[in-house]
Amino acid sequence: MTMHPLRGEIEDFLYREADLLDNWQLREWTRLFTDDGSYLIPPLEAPDSDPSDMLFLVYDDRNRLEERAKRLLSKRAHAEFPHSQTRHLYSNVRIEELAGDELTARCNFVVYRSKWDVNDIYPGRSTYRLRRTPDGWRIASKRAALDLAVLRPQGKVSIIL
Amino acid sequence: MTTATPDVSALIIDDKDRHIFRVHRSAFTDARIFELERQYIFDTCWLYLGHVSELPGPGAFISRTVAGRPLIMTRDRDGALHVLFNTCPHRGALVCREASGTTRTFTCPYHAWVFDYTGRTISRPIPESYSQACADDPSLNLQPVPRFDEYAGFVFVNFAAKGESLADYLADAKPYLDDIAAQDRESMVIVGGTQAYSARANWKLLQENSADGYHADSTHATYFDYIRNREGTVKNLFAKKGLGRVRNLGNGHAVGESFNGTPWGRPLARWIASWGEDVKAEVDAAYREMAGRLGEARAERICHGDRNLLIFPNLVINDIMGITVRTYYPVSPDYFEVSAWALAPKNESRVLRDLRLSNYLEFLGPAGFATPDDQEMLELCQRAYASTPWVQWNDLSRGMATEDGDCPPKQDELQMRTFWRQWRRLLEDGMGKEAGTASRHAVKVGAWA
Repeated sequence: MTMHPLRGEIEDFLYREADLLDNWQLREWTRLFTDDGSYLIPPLEAPDSDPSDMLFLVYDDRNRLEERAKRLLSKRAHAEFPHSQTRHLYSNVRIEELAGDELTARCNFVVYRSKWDVNDIYPGRSTYRLRRTPDGWRIASKRAALDLAVLRPQGKVSIIL
Repeated sequence: MTTATPDVSALIIDDKDRHIFRVHRSAFTDARIFELERQYIFDTCWLYLGHVSELPGPGAFISRTVAGRPLIMTRDRDGALHVLFNTCPHRGALVCREASGTTRTFTCPYHAWVFDYTGRTISRPIPESYSQACADDPSLNLQPVPRFDEYAGFVFVNFAAKGESLADYLADAKPYLDDIAAQDRESMVIVGGTQAYSARANWKLLQENSADGYHADSTHATYFDYIRNREGTVKNLFAKKGLGRVRNLGNGHAVGESFNGTPWGRPLARWIASWGEDVKAEVDAAYREMAGRLGEARAERICHGDRNLLIFPNLVINDIMGITVRTYYPVSPDYFEVSAWALAPKNESRVLRDLRLSNYLEFLGPAGFATPDDQEMLELCQRAYASTPWVQWNDLSRGMATEDGDCPPKQDELQMRTFWRQWRRLLEDGMGKEAGTASRHAVKVGAWA
């Protein structure tokens, strides 16, 4: 089986996203999204459900994901002051072609978060809808589904997955 | 280090002459206190289990842990509810391992005893090996909880066989639950998607936090920044004069409420500009439907007010930018688990339901713009209680001089004092002690160190 011809390019894009998040370059992270981009974390027990009739953990449109990033950079975003250390690991990247300029990419992730004496792990899988634009690939939607039955003992998702 | 029974009366200073209210920090850290709470609070109070909408028809069930006990709630073919301990009467295994579903029977995975949804044993493999006495023994059915009852759609259990009824227990909180139940012409429903999370802190810190008007401006500064960015302006909520009011609802319950005092929108029904004109028509229509049903005055109170309702000991129902139903239970003095749900009107339009869920998440939930910062505050407190031998007391005196007035503002701490007074009363009663005097001498309390 041959490697999908776009996989290397898409992996580079995703690794750049991971770097921006781990370096707390969150404004730059928001610029990876299209103007109609969205960022979602579905409920733990229903990862494939619809945010208009299920209670998600995150249901951000472009404006709100930008506000989320802005908020996290404030010293008054207390849960992330001082900033935790994070490490986003992406693997098992798979590409599915869609019509036109868009494709779907799936990957597995593990995000480590460390702050004070607490080390938390967030495993899951992300589904990206990516759009080719004159400026390169952009995220039309990112849906990060956690592989956790309950959000314990992590307690919260105060970082961006 | 002592293992003697703690003097619970000495944990609270409630000095009505000097208007000083203090809670000793060992109440958040001492494992002996935690044991007393289990015995005299969680095993005597009515505890929230779930909402009737989670069991939509015959055979529906949910399994859930309340106060550490695994329970099953079922609905039988006549529509009646049953609440059973989720443990096989044979050798103990959990009989139900799914969070929810529909079934006619539960089969224990261990030896395949089968129970119907009322808990009755309907078959056992190789029945001839049991005596008639065993076959007839009702203790070999799934066992019901000592008591359960429902009010306004909210189902509570009580692990004590005797005591006051749920209706009496809820005291003056009942009209607030009625106002929630009235938000749909038919019934309210729990929306799918449980938020099951936790905090590395004492459970009582969340009860204090959930209706604390005083913390909003500082803890949630970034949330208000977000609203300001979006709406262009934010009402100056936390001006010196105070906002809204707090009411003691009896039995440890309290509410913090305000009217048109908060900057967020309410899907039912307080429109804000950023929602746009199309949504305005839907919000107005929902308001008119309610006003037609309940009358203008009540509809206005419900739709334009915000309420943070505390039901003692561990239920919060906040009717704010969404309606959250949140219950929690301590695993240890410094760690508790939370389960939270969104409640919504059953017949709400698709547009408003979508708006409600989005609106809920702008503030609430473990990835919202506010809840993580609340959790952080609870954890910062818990961390710092390691200094308790030297810094012993929390101060909850704010507004104490005016707490018996008509309108103690929401930023005061009456709701917390209401909780703590009931907390102490139950521990004292449970321990068979005389009620404590208003104020204890610090030297005596120093024995806590």
